Amino acid sequence: MRDGLGAVGSVVVLGGSSELGLAIAAELCRDRHATVVLAGRRPDALGAASARLVGAGAGRVETVAFDALDTASHDRVLAEAAAAVGGDVDVVVVAFGLLGASGGPGEDATLVAATNYVGAVSAGLAAARLLRRQGHGAIVALSSVAGERVRKANFVYGSSKAGMDGFFQGLGDWLAGTGVEVLVVRPGFVRTKMTAGMKPAPLATTAERVAAETVRALRAGRGVVWVPPVLRLLFIIFRHLPRPLWRRVPG
Amino acid sequence: MAAAGERGLIGRGLGRSYGDAAQNAGGSVALMTGLDGIVDVDLGSATVTVEAGASLDRLMRVLVPLGLWPAVTPGTRYVTIGGAIASDVHGKGHHLDGTFGSHVRSMEVVTPGKGPMTLTPHATPEEFWATAGGMGLTGLIRRATIEMIRIDTAMISVDSVRTADLEATMALMVERDRHHRYSVAWVDCLARGASLGRSIAEFGDHAARDDLPPRLRTRPLEFRPSDSLRAPPWAPPGLLNRWTVAAFNELWYRKAPPRTKGHLVGAATFFHPLDRVAEWNRMYGRRGFVQYQFVVPDGQEDTVRRVVESLARRRCASFLAVLKRFGEANPAPLSFPRPGWTLALDLPAGIEGLGSLLDGFDEKVAEAGGRVYLAKDSRLRPELLEVMYPGLGRWREVRDRLDPERLMQSDLSRRLGGLA
Repeated sequence: MRDGLGAVGSVVVLGGSSELGLAIAAELCRDRHATVVLAGRRPDALGAASARLVGAGAGRVETVAFDALDTASHDRVLAEAAAAVGGDVDVVVVAFGLLGASGGPGEDATLVAATNYVGAVSAGLAAARLLRRQGHGAIVALSSVAGERVRKANFVYGSSKAGMDGFFQGLGDWLAGTGVEVLVVRPGFVRTKMTAGMKPAPLATTAERVAAETVRALRAGRGVVWVPPVLRLLFIIFRHLPRPLWRRVPG
Repeated sequence: MAAAGERGLIGRGLGRSYGDAAQNAGGSVALMTGLDGIVDVDLGSATVTVEAGASLDRLMRVLVPLGLWPAVTPGTRYVTIGGAIASDVHGKGHHLDGTFGSHVRSMEVVTPGKGPMTLTPHATPEEFWATAGGMGLTGLIRRATIEMIRIDTAMISVDSVRTADLEATMALMVERDRHHRYSVAWVDCLARGASLGRSIAEFGDHAARDDLPPRLRTRPLEFRPSDSLRAPPWAPPGLLNRWTVAAFNELWYRKAPPRTKGHLVGAATFFHPLDRVAEWNRMYGRRGFVQYQFVVPDGQEDTVRRVVESLARRRCASFLAVLKRFGEANPAPLSFPRPGWTLALDLPAGIEGLGSLLDGFDEKVAEAGGRVYLAKDSRLRPELLEVMYPGLGRWREVRDRLDPERLMQSDLSRRLGGLA
């Protein structure tokens, strides 16, 4: 149960090795020694992540197996995560995602689309079903500004994020009044292992900054948060650039 | 009860508890306010039998003209009898009269495990005291027989004293409490330095008929409090900030004369000042506020001072903090009051860092052998519950008899774990 000032008792991270997911869990678990469940393809590889969360103040860290592409298993995985918490799940962070071959038209394009969109839809709905039964909870969906207006440079990745972003906004509207909230997080360029080796875009940010802004937005009950916040204003302009011009945006 | 699913059931009265005691996410909530009949009034023994959903407001409007007053009333009349028992509420008279539960002669409770039961402090003390203060988690309270006190008038005779600092306030209360049925101090939490903890201490007693001016003597028991004021729904967020609250506290402190004696005020004005402004909570804007109330034993006055100091230093605007000295505790394991000092604070929820500030207060309070009030709590660190309420294990044993399958559940019980 999130308390009167927004402190959480439990967090489930779908995509347990995601740096953003871990940073958000670390930020959330600090106040109340929350229980964290990391769900990933290889639970045995999550030891370092677990240790980091314990260091950040988590009371207990558990791991469960989760594969974004195995959509038939998602309800079961969420049930296992809830059982590992041993009580109500306060926050589900949908953190998994693939960039693919620089986000462009590589061989893995359909894998990126299936993971980032189909997997997110399935996992998002499974999380929504679990939280609705509880009558409370929040889903934090890690979207990206790449989906706000899809760019030539990473259009496969960008379009998958555009789809998942729209899905979670709609999910939030569908759940309004049920006690379950959805927060869509739209970070810009974040320096993580996913972007290692890439040239940082202007206004590049860090996982810690994303986590801090996300937790603040969650406490304020907001539906969307941009990190850094100035990107929201920037994209009002970007959205209206003529296509020939937008096409030339480097990256 | 049969219809309640795996998320359980909790009773709810008028929803005035500041926390999540009467909420049950995903489960069932039994709204008790439909059961609001006054079943029997016995003027001879000054007792009344009333259904649990009736409010103190209703009880007072009917019984004050008959010369009866509830021995314990909290700061609002808009609480139900069931809620008053489940939270074991206290009032300005705790140092002499104890809690609401101490004036309940018997109550009917529908328990999940043993069905309807009639509980009394003599025949079924364990079940009775597990239910008084039990936050609704032993069953649904259906009706209760309550001892009232007799009054001659609906007026309170009040002495008030403006004190220079916290030490003076506490010394005054220690000295004068026993001479007055009611006592409380309003602390200006924004005053710093030499004025730290400056207060207006109030001592009240039910006025006798002879105390009244002649024009009131003809209708001494008239009780018609009005609540025609209403906070506007458009109150801007942050209306109550450190500057407006500081200005209000300054005004409140300065407008009070240094000392008054035998000043007559209506009982509703004395006991229920906030009830005059309907939906006053809206003044805090959309983010609302947090109530924080703790008690520490006698001898731990320093904890109170450190809390007031810390609020003043951080310029945390508490709208009139209330300080009171509690008397003896009752046998209820989860009842909040115990002998010592209690301080109640209203803090806007938007204050930066409020969570960690209050966590720090909790540590000090627990260390001092004190506790926070569950009826007002919305944010206690769960592991501190058992430290603050050492009778928790004993309460759980009785609860397990009355509700072996944990049908009674609330957001509070889930959030704090130890009550579940």
